[in-house]
Amino acid sequence: MAAITALAQRSETATALIDGVLHGNRLLLARTITQVENQTAQASDLLHALYPHSGRAHIIGVTGAPGTGKSTLVTALARCYRQAGMTVGIVAIDPTSPFTGGALLGDRVRMRALAGDAGVFMRSMATRGSLGGLSKTTGDVVTVLDAAGFDRILVETVGVGQAEVEIASTAHTTLVVEAPGLGDEVQAIKAGILEIADVLVINKADRPGVDATLRALQMMLQIEGESTRLVRHHGQLLRVESPAAAGAEEQRWQVTVMKTVAAESTGVEELRAQVERHREWLVASGEMAVREQLRIANTLENIIRAELNRRILSRMPDGRMNEMVDAIRRRETDPYRAAADLLHLL
Amino acid sequence: MSERKIRVLVAKPGLDGHDRGAKVVARSLRDAGFEVIYTGIRQTPQMIAEAALQEDVDVVGLSILSGAHMTLCPKVVELLRAQGQENVVVLVGGIVPDDDIEKLRAAGITGIFGPGTSTQEIVDFIHNQVQVAA
Ligand SMILES: Nc1nc2c(ncn2[C@@H]2O[C@H](COP(=O)(O)OP(=O)(O)OP(=O)(O)O)[C@@H](O)[C@H]2O)c(=O)[nH]1
Ligand SMILES: [Mg+2]
Repeated sequence: MAAITALAQRSETATALIDGVLHGNRLLLARTITQVENQTAQASDLLHALYPHSGRAHIIGVTGAPGTGKSTLVTALARCYRQAGMTVGIVAIDPTSPFTGGALLGDRVRMRALAGDAGVFMRSMATRGSLGGLSKTTGDVVTVLDAAGFDRILVETVGVGQAEVEIASTAHTTLVVEAPGLGDEVQAIKAGILEIADVLVINKADRPGVDATLRALQMMLQIEGESTRLVRHHGQLLRVESPAAAGAEEQRWQVTVMKTVAAESTGVEELRAQVERHREWLVASGEMAVREQLRIANTLENIIRAELNRRILSRMPDGRMNEMVDAIRRRETDPYRAAADLLHLL
Repeated sequence: MSERKIRVLVAKPGLDGHDRGAKVVARSLRDAGFEVIYTGIRQTPQMIAEAALQEDVDVVGLSILSGAHMTLCPKVVELLRAQGQENVVVLVGGIVPDDDIEKLRAAGITGIFGPGTSTQEIVDFIHNQVQVAA
């Protein structure tokens, strides 16, 4: 039984991988994604070469509590896009176990209907220690799919945790999926969700309680809508010159609540139309440029932070960290002073 | 700062409807630290090969119940090889009559695990077959 060094053997040259991605070779696309996800030595060359080819796809984030039907909805949306003649890339993220490092990626189970369609490419990703509902390389994988020419890219976040902020800074259009049922409707809706929703979706509209959920969401939109918009304008968004700033009132995007039965594709074509309206609004209002700016700033910041972290830790003298931990445990110093001392060593 | 993970696709080919066994295996492989892509029941060899390609997995684990393994499993191997995934390790779990074991091996299925197999055995086998470059 010769040990097969599967991972080691597949070292296509960067040129071959890039060519493959740009010319529709699905195997090489898949392998490029692996390199990027694993942040191999080649990954930065690959991204460098592919980046100029990205920026064309519209990126749609799909977030919401576990089991609300995100994967089913992604599948139904993808089918609508295919019927409209567009190609679709899908990235679905599930959590990595913090204890074993393993992950069970199960979103494909709901995506059978997409099998055999060469206009769709679906990839599952594990969070690998990231807490924000995406993994730290999700944005890079989206870049690769974008460069590969997919017209629309759907990103399904992890159903738990703080998925909000990250998906909003990765996607152009964010769909927040709710489902009717279970207890106090208003309480069930997580704080922070309205700020990031470009479209609110009540999936499983075939279930009882859908109207109560609809009313609750619409009420929350009315109450919080105003302040939310203000934060958006006087917060980060004002940093950038935005044509929308003038006469912004009429130009504001209206967040709507839409009902779907993803399992039967009901309401999904309407949802797709709404996503496309949002895309048109982003472009016409100048908000697209604002979001791209934020998205890129966010990416850059994350890369710098990760790299600084890596450099600092790699320069830490062997064993110093453990010595400090012991010293802190003995209460000879405290974590802040110890950190300062360690950083001083560098 | 590269992080490599062994990726395993767990699929249930054939028409029989329940997948409790496959799910148990999928969960224990996750607990062993693998990234497990679970695809569910009623998968055709084409669907399995397509998922294996998009997910760029190192291992494909096929869970079988019905007697159809002699046609379905070699077909998966054949499709994987044809699409350029020569190195993907293919395993079969389930009841395989002794007579068929050699035939499956000849068809390129390197691991055949009967109903009593411990998870650890499968995990060790995978680690042995897929050497993750450090
Ligand atoms: N009744 C009804 N069930 C649905 C609908 N959409 C999805 N489901 C079911 O809801 C369950 C969960 O669907 P998924 O698509 O896996 O939900 P998800 O949000 O992706 O789940 P996680 O990824 O685990 O967070 C499945 O059993 C679906 O068949 C719907 O519109 N109506
Ligand atoms: Mg899902």
